[in-house]
Amino acid sequence: MAKTLNRDGVLRLITCGSVDDGKSTLIGRLLHDSQAIMDDTLSTLANDSRKHGTTGGEIDYALLLDGLEAEREQGITIDVAWRFFATPRRRFIIADTPGHEQYTRNMATGASTADLAIILVDASKGLLPQTRRHSFIASLMGIGQIVLAVNKMDLVDFDEARFRAIVDEYTAIAERLGFPGFTAIPMAARAGLNLACPAAEMPWYQGPTLIAHLESIELAATDASGPLRFPVQWVNRPDAHFRGYAGTIVAGQVKPGDPIVTARSGKATRVARIVTVDGDLAGAGPEAAVTLVLEDEIDISRGDMLVSPEDRPAVAQQFAADLIWLDEDELKPGRSYLLKSGPLTTPASVTLLKHRIDITTLDERPARTLAMNEIGLANLETTAPLLFDPYGECRDTGGFILIDRYTNNTVGAGMIRHALRRASNIHLQPMTVTQAQRSALKGHQPAVIWFTGLSGSGKSTIANLVEARLAALSCHTYALDGDNVRHGLNRDLGFTDADRVENIRRIGEIAKLMADAGLIVTCSFISPFRSEREMARQLVGAERFIEVFVDTPIEICQARDPKGLYAKAASGELTNFTGIDSPYEAPEEPQLHITTSTMSEADAAEAIINWLRARDIIG
Amino acid sequence: MNSDDTIAAYAARFRSGSGHAAKPPTRQTLPPDLARLEAEAIHILREVAASFRKPVMLYSIGKDSTVMLHLALKAFWPSLPPFPLLHVDSLWEFAAMGAFRDTLMPALGIDMRVHVNEEGAARDINPFVHGSALHTEVMRTTGLLQALTGGGFDAAIGGGRRDEEKSRAKERIFSFRDAHQGWDPRRQRPEFWRTYNTRVGPGESMRVFPISNWTELDVWRYIEAEEIPVVPLYFAAERPTVVRDDVLLMVDDDRLPLQPGEEPVLRRIRFRTLGCYPLTGAVESEAETLADIVAEMADTRTSERQGRVIDRDGDGSMEQKKRLGYF
Repeated sequence: MAKTLNRDGVLRLITCGSVDDGKSTLIGRLLHDSQAIMDDTLSTLANDSRKHGTTGGEIDYALLLDGLEAEREQGITIDVAWRFFATPRRRFIIADTPGHEQYTRNMATGASTADLAIILVDASKGLLPQTRRHSFIASLMGIGQIVLAVNKMDLVDFDEARFRAIVDEYTAIAERLGFPGFTAIPMAARAGLNLACPAAEMPWYQGPTLIAHLESIELAATDASGPLRFPVQWVNRPDAHFRGYAGTIVAGQVKPGDPIVTARSGKATRVARIVTVDGDLAGAGPEAAVTLVLEDEIDISRGDMLVSPEDRPAVAQQFAADLIWLDEDELKPGRSYLLKSGPLTTPASVTLLKHRIDITTLDERPARTLAMNEIGLANLETTAPLLFDPYGECRDTGGFILIDRYTNNTVGAGMIRHALRRASNIHLQPMTVTQAQRSALKGHQPAVIWFTGLSGSGKSTIANLVEARLAALSCHTYALDGDNVRHGLNRDLGFTDADRVENIRRIGEIAKLMADAGLIVTCSFISPFRSEREMARQLVGAERFIEVFVDTPIEICQARDPKGLYAKAASGELTNFTGIDSPYEAPEEPQLHITTSTMSEADAAEAIINWLRARDIIG
Repeated sequence: MNSDDTIAAYAARFRSGSGHAAKPPTRQTLPPDLARLEAEAIHILREVAASFRKPVMLYSIGKDSTVMLHLALKAFWPSLPPFPLLHVDSLWEFAAMGAFRDTLMPALGIDMRVHVNEEGAARDINPFVHGSALHTEVMRTTGLLQALTGGGFDAAIGGGRRDEEKSRAKERIFSFRDAHQGWDPRRQRPEFWRTYNTRVGPGESMRVFPISNWTELDVWRYIEAEEIPVVPLYFAAERPTVVRDDVLLMVDDDRLPLQPGEEPVLRRIRFRTLGCYPLTGAVESEAETLADIVAEMADTRTSERQGRVIDRDGDGSMEQKKRLGYF
């Protein structure tokens, strides 16, 4: 009885396949069997089927689904249509997208909101190139649930072996695309077999019917386990006494008292209230559109994001993303587009197009641009920092659209993979002489040897010996040393934590440029914090960053005290001195760990040279 | 059922003063499917308010419009919706519709604007003399375009649903209109996730449909769950009627010219959809309460537009009207 209807939610799905696979028939049957088609519509349809149908007088569901006159005249489906049906347990929204090869953008659009994809296969034809294409797009758009609907089983005499062969063949595709699994259902949509009712014709199939499967899978929207992501859409200020932040919880959950931070500024506060017209809520989870009042007044505007303090999104201006091109006007790398991610809009450009994907073979191809319906991997740069998660973790915070600034068309859709290290965007212009060529001229690989350790531990001494050995081997080198750099480039910096961070950032950038030039760079810096050494590693590139921990006990350093600094620190004349009143965080996994108490400085240098040889950095 | 008192009680729910102090929840939570549809609609309404220079919500006084208004009241509370409402009055509305509008809006404090195509009114464009197609075009479509252009609105929020009619199934949530308010299916923007492209150029505009994904049954279940007042014509009562071309018409006033031999007959009827009364067919029904209506909807085997005369103007008629700017 309708009055007691308490459906557990809305499942959004997409059907992929062509008319030939029986897609329209499948959707038509789903609608028909769930009584979503009304009698008057059905009688009109019966009339139309006799007039323009292609099914010999039987109901032609394609006529029901092809909604635009232009399409009916041409007998094609040109756009995404949205169909609804419901069972007593659940509401369903189907994105009905065409199977034509040139309509990748339509399928991607429909797939972007779908929880589940039905991949339709004609049992008499088996897997087609489009099966792979559809599966790739479903995978790219992050659909977690796949149903392989092996249709028209009646045409193959309900043969189990035929069904198994198709399933086996599809398993290979699913594995290549990284689907966690899929559900294969043999069916005959025209007769309604295995849609709502189990088919007596296929007693060998023990699995669920399509409807039973759709009703039973877990809804993504009910998963509240992730960290809070609340993009602020609109600030609600009716008067001076009330300030609320309106938006939709796209991941996680929230309740009054929860600590939160703004992703952009990192400012922390707590949730005071979840306000609705019908009273405050005790909590709210994914998909809820709510208004939050915070305990403290902090500066928050549309485009900011309220998030869990312990698990925050990335805040970056450079990132790598899969890109689908949607517009007739092809992608222009370097052109400024508007990027919209949730409520945040910022100018953005593609700094590097790494490759395009041939969606039939799934191979990577070199590309200078993307035409409509093409998919590629690109680096992008935004004017304002973007707040995001990898798309695989959260669609709402990991997806974005690109808008042409002049036509206002939606020209691209992107799925972010990861932030880029800052320096990777110096690829505004492709360089004619590559780093590989420079290295070839030098006869050795570039490297950054990063010595870290306490003041007086012996970093500079060992680095000097290493550089001398390298020079003797005809390697091109340069030495960056803490004191020297602080006399020039970094003379504006002191020894506060913030200045130490900036000091290391600048040195990391310089080291990276020198490594790009093909040099082997020795860097001798106390560099006390793990996170800054990690930043240097990220800047330079992990593959050519060699962290050397010069491990000397602080008592020995104090006893040596070559610059008299420990004495000054002990007398209080010098503050923020590492090891005395400023911490030193020892490396956890250095490439080389030099224990000076058991190894001479010359042996240490020799060990480093051997390490470089063993890895073919030097000859 | 919907006395002025009911409307006053409804309006009292939205008094904003209570936004300043915490109060405990006063209603039961919605069923999960309706909660999801409600959240989606609220998200869309906020996106409109935050993105457009001058939005407006179209209000036809019908159930879908009234649900949209309710969603807007919830989306922005304790603020009032940050946009006016616009009713394009064809001058052939049911009398009860005008009464409902004129009681509800002042009670809520809503900026309600009513537009009439004065040129059409001066020419006395009339569904009986000029036919339903011309009447609708002049009084609704042209009237709407006048109001949108005259008001300088860059976004118009409408109550269209994708289950209503075939061409609506392809409609976007944010549906782009060119500088002539025209709808070109090939210029519609792909919509990914819930990231809507809200940008329009000078003179261009957007039609926005926050309840696109609702069905007629969802609308009624929601009205019941949220106790939203609607025009009494939706509930069954004895009303004077004539049957003409298989359509059950209500004799709402003395402007309905009776044909020879036609005699108004009292029947127990209600309306599933409301528009110009000479163009809107009633259904015979016993559904006197919201619960009755929901039960009737769950069992119904005919679509709600069956009673609409304009949909019979030819196959594809809605698509043609949309291209011209009809909602």
